[in-house]
Amino acid sequence: MALVVRKRREPLPWWGSCLVFLGAVAVALAVGGALLALQGKPAWRGMAILLGSPVGSVWALEDCVLKAIPLFLCALGVGLSFRMAVWNIGAEGQFALGAVGATAVALTWGATLPALVLLPLMALAAMLAGGLWAMIAAALRVWCGASETIVTLMLNYIGILVLEFLVFGPWKDPASFGFPMTAEFAPAAVVPALPGTRIHWGVVICLVVGVLLSVVLRASRAGFEIAVCGQNPAAARYARIPYATWVSVVLVVGGALAGLAGFLEVSAALGRLQPSIMTGYGYTAIVVAWLSGLRSGSVAVVALFLAALRVGLESLQLDLQVPAAFGTMVEGTMLLMVLVGGFWTRYQIVRRSA
Amino acid sequence: MTEEMVLPVLAAAVQAGTPIFYATVGEILMERAGILNLGVEGAMLLGALAGFWVSMVTGSPWLGLAAAAGAGAAACLLHGAVCTYGLANQVVSGLALTILATGLANFLGTPYIGLAAPGFDPMPIFGLREIPVLGPVFFTQDVLVYASYALPLVTGVGLSHTRWGLRLRAAGESPTACRAAGLSVARLRMGACLVGGMLIGVGGAYLSLAFTHLWTNGVTAGRGWIAVALVIFAFWRPGRAMVGAYLFGGVMAFQLRLQAAGTAVPSSLLLMLPYALTIVVLAVSSRWGRFLGAPAALGINPEPSE
Repeated sequence: MALVVRKRREPLPWWGSCLVFLGAVAVALAVGGALLALQGKPAWRGMAILLGSPVGSVWALEDCVLKAIPLFLCALGVGLSFRMAVWNIGAEGQFALGAVGATAVALTWGATLPALVLLPLMALAAMLAGGLWAMIAAALRVWCGASETIVTLMLNYIGILVLEFLVFGPWKDPASFGFPMTAEFAPAAVVPALPGTRIHWGVVICLVVGVLLSVVLRASRAGFEIAVCGQNPAAARYARIPYATWVSVVLVVGGALAGLAGFLEVSAALGRLQPSIMTGYGYTAIVVAWLSGLRSGSVAVVALFLAALRVGLESLQLDLQVPAAFGTMVEGTMLLMVLVGGFWTRYQIVRRSA
Repeated sequence: MTEEMVLPVLAAAVQAGTPIFYATVGEILMERAGILNLGVEGAMLLGALAGFWVSMVTGSPWLGLAAAAGAGAAACLLHGAVCTYGLANQVVSGLALTILATGLANFLGTPYIGLAAPGFDPMPIFGLREIPVLGPVFFTQDVLVYASYALPLVTGVGLSHTRWGLRLRAAGESPTACRAAGLSVARLRMGACLVGGMLIGVGGAYLSLAFTHLWTNGVTAGRGWIAVALVIFAFWRPGRAMVGAYLFGGVMAFQLRLQAAGTAVPSSLLLMLPYALTIVVLAVSSRWGRFLGAPAALGINPEPSE
């Protein structure tokens, strides 16, 4: 008798992927707890803080939504390219460039234009900047065959340095006592909050973008062609689907979405540009995109979940002095476990008597 | 430019290029076996931390080096296992490894920031150091640099003239043929992960034990990704990887010296240089090398046979 791996005849039902997700979360938390214990910290209390504090108060819940907004937008963009097996991991840099683009508009016209003109203009500039940043990777991929993975990643480093160059140099606020930051935005350049909450209008933008994108992907020719390119590039080329064009489109749209997230973050969350807006949303977005199985609806759920993890981690940092890298590690473990779990959704191990 | 100004920069280029060189050769071994490893950055970081920590605790940089090789191998074996046994997407698994390892290294390493550990210091080789130009550039380095000079020969011969090397390449070129010949693709690939991971770990340790004797968060600063790009530049050959690594080392050393000299160019713009160069080098080498080099089954997990 021997054990053999066999492809599943029919795919695992939906609860299978839910189970895999929960299992991954459990393993990641267990690894995190074990490491806390190894450092002599109260592991159980740590886990209680990590999971409990995000839902502990209205303030914390609002924080979860606020943090989920940039994650959601970045993850939609990243996930869009993942559908085509195009590995855009440059959301971090595109996010930075988006923030830079929005800031350029805010600093130039902040005092003269009304909010109704200024804010759309900032959003547009941010999407343009993020999209063009991604376009570099798209152009090099299409013309030279350069791996978009490495190019977008290098563009992350460069994008953050562009941001730093600006806030340390030309855009530095003379009144900031030497801190690297721009002057505070004019009131017209700040995205307002929804009445009665701290949550800004970005959440409505997320809703619109999310619905729009899933409709396009499900019901349009564009969505169909992207799906074909993702499933089988050779077949796509044979069917005269412009593969290279779609590669560029998914990269640029992803860049624009990350840029939009950068705009919301710089305008609504901080009201000025400073290096601290770069908190790794672009990298976490990769985790969100993959964990959600590239389904737009699940992206929102997973983005909220990982945002809650970040909120919990902030309490953990305050209460137990745990470094922020703890969250990165938990995210990485989760991603790896979901990958391992993917095995069970596609294959099964059966007994075969020899 | 006089000789006194150029030679130190070239020597610094060799030194700065060495960690990238180790990592690139490690990645070449893995890719030759068919495993695309985007976790180099993470594995290097873990190597750097393990090397630093063990060297600090035991006082022996050699034990630190062994620990670094072990940590790098463990990280790459994890990736290898997720891909070959879990049949997971190699790109995403590599990214996951980098995210996990970056977090882990920075989490575990935070208490040690700013502390020093014994490491490897330059040991000029008497006799050889007197050779004009070559001596001061290549033979006033530390032990790890000298050891790296043997890498192209050892791995080159290993890959093309040993039975293990040929089988390893078969696993990367045609897993089906490999399997038909009665070989275990999984075992060959895991072997490549073991050896490649050790080299990547040593590359990381070079940063915390020889380049500096300190631990800082994110000490690799993208060098792992540069190594992944250099594999393409090198057309999957260890010898060419040496050239590429020193080229990048040169840019990094040059950039540091310009900063130290206090030029009018802002430091953020200088810091962009290595990353921008990576993109250029990658674009050019991808265009030229499109049809040569890449193992045919790179990034592909063979399906289980029924």
